[in-house]
Amino acid sequence: MFKAKVFIKRRPTILDPQGKAVEIGAKHLGLSYIKNTRINKFIEFNVETNDKKSAENEVNDYCKKLLANPIMEDYEFTLEEVKS
Amino acid sequence: MSAREAVKNSSSPKFGVVVFPGSNCDYDAFYVLRKLLNYEVAFLWHKDTDLQHCDVIILPGGFSYGDYLRTGAIARFSPIMNEVIKFADNGGYVMGICNGFQILLEAGLLPGVMVRNESLNFVCKEVYLNIENEQTDFTKGIESKKKLKIPVAHGDGNYFADENTLKELHDNKQVVFKYSSKDGKISKEFNPNGSIENIAGIVNKNGNVLGMMPHPERSSDPVLNKTDGRLIFKALVNNILN
Repeated sequence: MFKAKVFIKRRPTILDPQGKAVEIGAKHLGLSYIKNTRINKFIEFNVETNDKKSAENEVNDYCKKLLANPIMEDYEFTLEEVKS
Repeated sequence: MSAREAVKNSSSPKFGVVVFPGSNCDYDAFYVLRKLLNYEVAFLWHKDTDLQHCDVIILPGGFSYGDYLRTGAIARFSPIMNEVIKFADNGGYVMGICNGFQILLEAGLLPGVMVRNESLNFVCKEVYLNIENEQTDFTKGIESKKKLKIPVAHGDGNYFADENTLKELHDNKQVVFKYSSKDGKISKEFNPNGSIENIAGIVNKNGNVLGMMPHPERSSDPVLNKTDGRLIFKALVNNILN
């Protein structure tokens, strides 16, 4: 079995209103070096197969079709083998 | 015979309102179409795969699947959506309102994406719409230059399309509605959500799929003293039949 960790990032050209709003908070905190805050997604799940290739294929499918919207987001993931 | 020709041969079109878990404007749409405008209407449960011979499919507003992940992202994979996509590809009329528009974007039936409102606030208010294309089946016949007063109610209505997509939208006259002032002035001041170029509604290239953020079903009942929304439903029906 594998533990998958998926990072989904909004493309830099797409506005991130949440990131902008959070950064206003940083200013209010008195933090002066913080710039370009972006809110991204981190998703974890198990992949119940022992074959890494099959696991990768299915995770790619999951990411492309559902977890990320390829029009505005990029994704990357890691697979870590764990005992089931 | 295409889906469009089939409708023309029927006496009056039948509407189908899809019900997703979390839809909350489904009954409003049903009420307006059935009780106020006297059209035939059926509810279509999202797990069904039968469109019940409907001629126009409405994807209603709401928060399908709690808006988890991204708005419309999970509803797009409801069993009925495969049928809706086939129906749309075959020229069938589909109208996505608010969350329905978001679902159409996620399903790839319309280009672009929807992101959180620029203000981060949920925006619920009356807006005016300038009709950018008066020749679509959803707008043809509405009094020329009329500005439609229709409410919006959404947190994720900030439409975004990249430069190429925008160019394509303009080249094919796919932009149908833009947020404007009462007299049609289009500027940031009248943009409720940060949507690019004030875009409020678009159609696909073939003109049979409309997505719009404002809620025409919420401005169709004379009791509410606003009826501009029904102009869109009536225009569509007239254009289908003629």
